[in-house]
Order: sequence, then structure tokens, then C-alpha cells
Amino acid sequence: MHMSDALVSPAVAASMWAATTVASVASARALGRRPDDRRVPLMGVLGAFVFAAQMVNFSIPGTGSSGHLVGGLLLAILLGPSAALLVMASVLAVQALFFGDGGVLALGCNIFNLGVLSSFVAYPFVFAPVAGTQPTRGRLALATVLASVVALQIGSLGVVIETALSQRTSISLGTFLLLMQPIHLAIGVIEGLITAALILFIRDARPELALGNLNATVSRPSLRRLAVGTLLAAAVVAGVLSWFASSAPDGLEWSLARASVGTRAGTQSGAPQGPSLRSPEPTTVLPAETQPGPESQERLLHAVGRKWPKIDASESLSGLAGVAMTLALGGLLAAGLRLVRRSSRPTSPP
Amino acid sequence: MTRTDGITAALSHLGRLDELAGANTPIARVDPRAKLVTTAAFLVTVASYGRLEVSALLPLAAFPLALFALGDVPLRPILSRMALVAPFAVLVGAFEPFLDRQPLGTFGPVVVTAGWASFASIFLRFALSVSAALLLVATTGLDAVAAALAWFRVPRVLIVQLLFLYRYLFVLSEEVARSLRAHALRSPDHPSPRLRIAGSMLGQVLLRTLERAQRIHVAMLCRGFDGEVRLRRPLRARLSDFAFIACWCAYFGLCRAANLPRLLGIAVHGAG
Repeated sequence: MHMSDALVSPAVAASMWAATTVASVASARALGRRPDDRRVPLMGVLGAFVFAAQMVNFSIPGTGSSGHLVGGLLLAILLGPSAALLVMASVLAVQALFFGDGGVLALGCNIFNLGVLSSFVAYPFVFAPVAGTQPTRGRLALATVLASVVALQIGSLGVVIETALSQRTSISLGTFLLLMQPIHLAIGVIEGLITAALILFIRDARPELALGNLNATVSRPSLRRLAVGTLLAAAVVAGVLSWFASSAPDGLEWSLARASVGTRAGTQSGAPQGPSLRSPEPTTVLPAETQPGPESQERLLHAVGRKWPKIDASESLSGLAGVAMTLALGGLLAAGLRLVRRSSRPTSPP
Repeated sequence: MTRTDGITAALSHLGRLDELAGANTPIARVDPRAKLVTTAAFLVTVASYGRLEVSALLPLAAFPLALFALGDVPLRPILSRMALVAPFAVLVGAFEPFLDRQPLGTFGPVVVTAGWASFASIFLRFALSVSAALLLVATTGLDAVAAALAWFRVPRVLIVQLLFLYRYLFVLSEEVARSLRAHALRSPDHPSPRLRIAGSMLGQVLLRTLERAQRIHVAMLCRGFDGEVRLRRPLRARLSDFAFIACWCAYFGLCRAANLPRLLGIAVHGAG
């Protein structure tokens, strides 16, 4: 459920980077207010643990499939939200840089979806109140599973919203929601069960470590200030960027226009009509009375159509030739540079 | 058994990317801050194209290709990583041809619909941005990237966290691999551990992790650790580093402003 660089627009990426930066800096400050030199190695090694634990694929009872830990909630329970966010950010950064998982541009989105939401929404608003201060085994397990389901649901909702606002795909908001949310309900339950199994094991084996003792040394930032700061940063960046992009229709208008373009274009232009994933009725986000009339749909259609590169048949051959030449030039250039490097290597300093 | 072997193989690949940065190549000699800024500009440029752009994106491949060629980076570790993470972008992209059947143009008898253009565009974006990020690490190394991040005022806690995580990644992954091998030897009927067993297995590793953190802390105190990790890596910007940023950004701007492959095609073939 990592958001991908290929699906994100600069405006969405920058807004989410701004929100994530504010949350991370606030968390770093909160840690700085209560310095504790034990924490540096603890956070580092727990980050490496989460990374390593993701390699354990366990079988899920009753089904034939398997799952693994994501770890955001586990970190929040063990370390407290501020440290958990920074650890999660470092795990996601290593995944983006060394594995290309998600990507650097989408890293802001990913830290927000998997780190900020689980540390600062699911942990304080679901886990903490349900678990209470002296939880029994059952209550602890319940709190963990519930918080994990909530974390995964709002996290995948984040992916859906960011994808829709980025306008890089034509999957409608409704279809994408129906695809993502049920899958992540299952993933959330599994994540919750494995996190609960881990926490219960630690509590039995080393009761002094399980809850609170690790995160007692960590002060947390004021949640309200954090939420306001994060939203403000995202809103300011989004607002500034939308100035530059004001000629394009916004996400909601766009998805409405898309929903109608699909059916119209299909019937008018005689395009091949095969079995389609699109439902016969356009998926709409607004209730019936607020749907735009025919002329505003026409306007939207026009607005969307204008952006599309019009490749007409006469130009397509020269376009194809240009693409082929670009590819050939790129390949030749890379091969040439390689050769030059290789021949100069014996003379270059070691 | 095959799973643990797979993990061991994955670990050796993980270290490989960072080791590549030790090579003395023209790209490795560029200041890490310059590479960071240029890569960021590249990623923003790639993301800024419209949904159906395909040909206009192609000239941007010059940047990863140049890093790859001038940085002496072997092709295999980059391509294998890209193949590993491709599924999400490709899966979302694969819906496009079904969802968007608006015809865009024809190449001979074949009608190209907007959906296929969009799919190609998503795939191209994916390849460009992922390869650029991987090549940044392969030609720079995590230590130098961290030094550059510190210069850009990224909070110290986060950078120290990143370096610590990377240092202990190998140690803990090997520990998990050993646990998995032990499990595989004791229960050959269950290739992957069941939930309850996975819980206590990971729990054991977690306990050892916490004890390791304690030992590391004591060892750090012995060496005079006072709560502050000092990064001292000299960063010297030369004129060539500014030229590196300026030339690439100008090139990205040019690519964004004009569809170079189409211009090239028109120049060679004529508009008709």
C-alpha cells in the first residue's frame, strides 16, 4: 500500500511532504525536550527490527494466504508516538532509497499514511482509550486489533485520496475505494493480530518492558497543535501550487467529467465496445441534485479534453520516428560513455 | 529452507548498492548536495507531466542513463530492485486501458486509446523515478546522503536514526533469518510459521533486539557518548557542482517546455 512516485502529482507530493515535515520536526523537538541518551540506540535498533520482521511471512489461519508485520502501531506502543513516527520515517526512507519501494517524491505521502496516521490518530484515539492504564490480556489484544484496523483503513483512504487528487489514473474514486478498503480491512486485522501476539509475548516474558516503560522517557507534542500545524502546512503548499495549476479542473470536477467522458466517448466515436470494468452508470461522488447540468458537463469535457495531447494521424508517424531516434540516441550515448569510462579506467587513480 | 536462503541473498544485495558508492567515478565525485538537489528536480519534473504524456517523458531518461553510465553502476542490482517493486504501479496502471477507451490516434491499423497511453505513461514514470532514486544511493552512499541532509537542516534525530537503522539492518535481518531457519528445521510440515508461533518468534528477536540496544548504549557510553551524535564529513562544493545542477535543471526545463522526440521526428521526417 505504498503510494508510488508514478501516481503522484507534484502538488500532492509537495503538500504531503509539507505535512510530514511539520509532524516530523514537531516530533524531533518533542524528543529534544526530554533528552535521554538510551533512546538513540533503542530507536535505531527497533527500526532495524521492524525492517527485519517484515521478512517473516506467517500463514493466516483458515485461509491459504500469508501476511507480515507493517510495524507502525507496534512502534507507537513500544516507543510512544513521536519516536515511532521518526523510526517509521527512517524505515520508509530506506525502503524508498534502497528498494525503490514507493519512491522519494511519494515518501511524504507514505510517511503520512503509514507513520503520522498510526502514531497520531490510531494510537492516541483508539489504542490508548480502549487499552486504558492497566489492560487485561483480552483488552490489550482488542485495543491492538482495533487500532490496527483503524490505522490501515485511514492509511489506505489516504492512498485513495492522494491518488484521486493527483489525477494520474482514470480509476474513479468510488471504484478505487471499493478495491482498497476491503483488502486493507483484512490486512489491518492480520497486522493487529501479529502486533497483539508480539506485545502479549513481551508482556509475559518481560513485564517491565511491555507498556509505557520504553516510552516513559519520550514526551509527546501537543496533539492539537500538531494537527493544526500539519493541516496548515499542507493547505498552504496546496494553495500556492493550485495558483500555478488553476487552468486544470480540480480533482472532484475531474472525476465527474471522467465518469461522463467514458460513457460518451464510447457511444459517440464508435470505439471498440468490449467487456468493460466500468459500470454502465457513471460513478458519481455528488448526490443527484448537485450533479452538473449538460452545459457544465460540456464545459468540463472541454476543460479535460484541452489538456490531452492531440496526436492526429499525420503527425503520428513523425512522432514515432522521433521516439525511436530518442531511444537510439539515449542508448548510444550510454554505451559510448560506458566505453569511454572503461578505456580510461586503468589510468584513473584507484 | 529456500526462504532463508532467499533472505540471505536479499541481504547481500542490500549491502551491494551502498558499496557501489565507494567507486571513484565522475558521478561519485559530484558533491552529494548537488546530486540530491538535481534528483529532486528530476523527480518533480517527471511527476509534473500530464496523464497521457509518453513521448515527451523519454528525453528525461538521459539523467538516469548518465548516472548509470558515468557512475559505473552495474545494471542487474538496479533492474532487479525495480522488478521487485513494480507490481503496485503496474497493477493500478493496468486498469487504465479498460477504463479509458477514448481513441487518441492511429498507428496504421491499430487504434491507440487514451487508456493505453496512460498505462505507458505510468510505467515510464515509475521506471524513471525509481531508477533515479536507486542510482542516487548507488553513486553517493548513505553516509554522504545523510551529510547532505544535515546540511539542508533535516533534524539531527532523524539523520542519526537513519544511519543507526542502516547499520543494524544487517545484524537483525541475519537474526531473523536464523530464527526462520531454526523454525524450518523443527517443523518441516509448515514452511511459514503460524500466527501464534510467529508472535513468540518475533517476540524473541525483539527481546534480543532490546538487549542489544542496551549493550550498544553501554558501549557508546564507554566511548564518551554524551547524547549528541556528531557527523563530521567535509562537504566542499566546487564550481563543477554548481554547473552540474544548472546544466541538468536547464535540460529538465527544456524537456518540459518542448516535446523533443516530436521535434526530432518532424526535423527528420517532416510534419507529414
